[in-house]
Amino acid sequence: MSMIKIQKLIHDYIKRDDEGNAAGTVRAIDGVNLEVKPGQFIAVLGHNGSGKSTLAKHLNALLFPTEGTVWVDGMDTKDGANLWEIRREAGMVFQNPDNQIIAQVVEEDVGFGPENIGVPTEEIWKRVEESLKAVGMLEHRKKSPNRLSGGQKQRVSIAGVIAMEPKCIILDEPTAMLDPNGRKEVIKAAMKLNREKGITVILITHYMEEAIDADLIFVMDKGEIAMQGTPREIFSQVKRMKELQLDVPQVTLLAYELRKAGLHLPASILTKEELVDALLGSEPGNSETPESREQKSDASGEPDTEADKKEEEAGNGNQG
Amino acid sequence: MGIKVDDICFLYERGTAMQVNALDHVSAEIPDNQFIGLIGHTGSGKSTFVQTLNGLLKVTSGHIYYNGEDIDGDKFDKKKLRSDVGLVFQYPEHQLFEVDVITDVMFGPRNLGLSAEEARRRSIEALESVKMPKSLYKSSPFDLSGGQKRRAAIAGVLAMRPRILILDEPTAGLDPRGRDEILGLIADMKKELNMTIILVSHSMDDVARYVDRIMVMGGGKLLYDDDPVKVFRHVKELEDLGLAAPQITYIMKLLKERGLDVNTDCLTVKEAAQEILAHRKELHV
Amino acid sequence: MFDSITLGQYYQTDSALHRLDPRVKLVGTFAYLIALFVVDSWVGYLLVALFLAAMIRLSNVPFRYIVRGMKTILFLLLITVCFNLFLTPGEVIWQFGFLKMSREGLSFAIKMALRLSLLILGSSIMTLTTTPTQLTDALESLMRPLKKIHVPVHEISMMMSIALRFIPILMEETDKIMKAQIARGADFESRNLVKKIKSLVPLLVPLFISAFRRANDLAMAMEARCYRGGEGRTKMKPLVYQGRDRVAYGVLLLYFAACIATRVIF
Repeated sequence: MSMIKIQKLIHDYIKRDDEGNAAGTVRAIDGVNLEVKPGQFIAVLGHNGSGKSTLAKHLNALLFPTEGTVWVDGMDTKDGANLWEIRREAGMVFQNPDNQIIAQVVEEDVGFGPENIGVPTEEIWKRVEESLKAVGMLEHRKKSPNRLSGGQKQRVSIAGVIAMEPKCIILDEPTAMLDPNGRKEVIKAAMKLNREKGITVILITHYMEEAIDADLIFVMDKGEIAMQGTPREIFSQVKRMKELQLDVPQVTLLAYELRKAGLHLPASILTKEELVDALLGSEPGNSETPESREQKSDASGEPDTEADKKEEEAGNGNQG
Repeated sequence: MGIKVDDICFLYERGTAMQVNALDHVSAEIPDNQFIGLIGHTGSGKSTFVQTLNGLLKVTSGHIYYNGEDIDGDKFDKKKLRSDVGLVFQYPEHQLFEVDVITDVMFGPRNLGLSAEEARRRSIEALESVKMPKSLYKSSPFDLSGGQKRRAAIAGVLAMRPRILILDEPTAGLDPRGRDEILGLIADMKKELNMTIILVSHSMDDVARYVDRIMVMGGGKLLYDDDPVKVFRHVKELEDLGLAAPQITYIMKLLKERGLDVNTDCLTVKEAAQEILAHRKELHV
Repeated sequence: MFDSITLGQYYQTDSALHRLDPRVKLVGTFAYLIALFVVDSWVGYLLVALFLAAMIRLSNVPFRYIVRGMKTILFLLLITVCFNLFLTPGEVIWQFGFLKMSREGLSFAIKMALRLSLLILGSSIMTLTTTPTQLTDALESLMRPLKKIHVPVHEISMMMSIALRFIPILMEETDKIMKAQIARGADFESRNLVKKIKSLVPLLVPLFISAFRRANDLAMAMEARCYRGGEGRTKMKPLVYQGRDRVAYGVLLLYFAACIATRVIF
């Protein structure tokens, strides 16, 4: 069974005039289909206003479809009877670290979710301890949230979600208000939960460097899924990404510039090591690593230069 | 002329167990018409530093001179200093409050005691500098998009016609396009308005391609103050501070390590591409 | 700028008082305050002072820390004392110009000063040894009978605890907005009342907008974490009376009785 399945989702916001009367609608999501399998690490990229946050709120039944259907672990979000089970199974972390911590002591905040769903006291303590340990915040359990850094606060928020034993976590731009160190902390914590506990992670972000290790990337634009694929497939389409107002890694950009100048480089370069290997020839002994084999298969069998040309002409590569 | 910072210290919660040396014997000169990047991670003292420059925080020891005058002197006009040294805080859009954009921008000039007419003229100039569409002048600032709000807020400080403009993390929370727009705008302002701009950031990649000079702060101290290229030669030390050199620097260093004799002082993708192409014959492709 | 308010802020340490059930401390503080107004003799005051001294001792909070908090209200205390000292009619024992001090005034002023200091010190002992969360929990628990007459007890205590959590955040925000507006030439130090009120607009509008945005975000975050009111909720830290709490109630009862006794006897 899929963790999350979305079929023909449409979401309209009602626009109101100054007197508060409905004055037309704004379509935030326009016919999205997607599927997430259990245990996947998914990144949803898109610029502000592309509909990615609206999409996130559908996964936790904070918003309901105007048209179409969203299933979370097989449960239809429109069915009111499923509401609390969906919110427990698909936990959500929001952007502003200050506006989602309820209690004045770290451990009490982590206990808030379990309290709400009626977990017995002893079990709450066990879960709080485990959750704080999982995000590396156990030593701060007695502290006031006001004494923590942004990255630490977000890790507490993640622990608060984990304590409800969800199958899936949705992180809605969790790093937008953090500094680079805080960003790394949060992404590392989410990655660890995915790898070690098998929790499905859906990371919504506009920082491309956070999406590089994802299993699958969805790129949103104008309420639609504009691209989908592995990070390598997505970031190799430099021009298309620029059109969608997104970044690609600087290494990929440099490779792209060099290719334009006539160098024969693969389109799917993501790391500086790959670029240097391609420019100078691999060091002896690692000429045929699994990594480089994967690269070749990702280039979909076509000669790189041709694939590149195609991309330049059409302005869009393999669309989702 | 400009600002001269002479051995300043700043202590938070002075005399308590929680005392923090936010600034620890910092000295620097900020001349006219320079584009400076001020870099440091959270808690490095960079925000405290810029707040002392326009007199919002009073230094615990040391002196700051603006055009040769001590800003803590008895006769010194702090209001004039605050209009000459404009400070745009993080998330400046959170300070918008007026009924429409232009009235909000006029708040600063009006506080300087200018007539409504003069204030309006300056505000329109400032809004033009931040490339705000004319049609939005009369809109409520709360109806603007995130990037527009931020530009309106920057215009609010610009309208006071500062000689030195300090922007604290002007791209925080924006998406890549918003970020590029604001940075491009700041670079244009620098060219057109001939003022000194101090861009406070924790992102080397954002700053590297624009500024003439980089100041790196850590633990309340000014650690590096030099040309960007020279500062980025200290990759190792920067990493120990929780900062990083631009990604391009790392690529060029790796190329050099692997035997390609490139100049590693490249900061942008364009420069790096040129440098690599100059060694085309030695490449494997 | 708000650092000076330390009066009665929670002091983290381990002590017999810290470990007591917050309900005991809340009831105890009420009993203490009532007793303070019951006693009216020097012996009575001595008894209250001794009880307070014992509590301070038991709290493990340094006396200096407690007294430092008092500084902020010292001014208020002095004014009250002066009023009582010079404005109580009676047998004049000292005179300086128009200032007359009477025997009754002196005795009354000393008692008033004692009463006020004991009152403030006593109630700050409670807040020094009890976290705001514990306090709201205790209130919720003690007010539970009111649920029968449809008082939203759980909601009230939830609101209190959220308010307490956001006070420092909003104070920091006030400070930030003020600085930003000062950087735009705003003047918050004007002495003219009309100007002063007008100058608050650039501060209050952004502050309210931010508070509403936070409220909105927080409500959504709480819903996402399955919050649906007090029904069916369990507690991570339920309040359960221990042996020491029963002993404490006993001591309180004795103390209260003793205070009444001093009133009757002396």
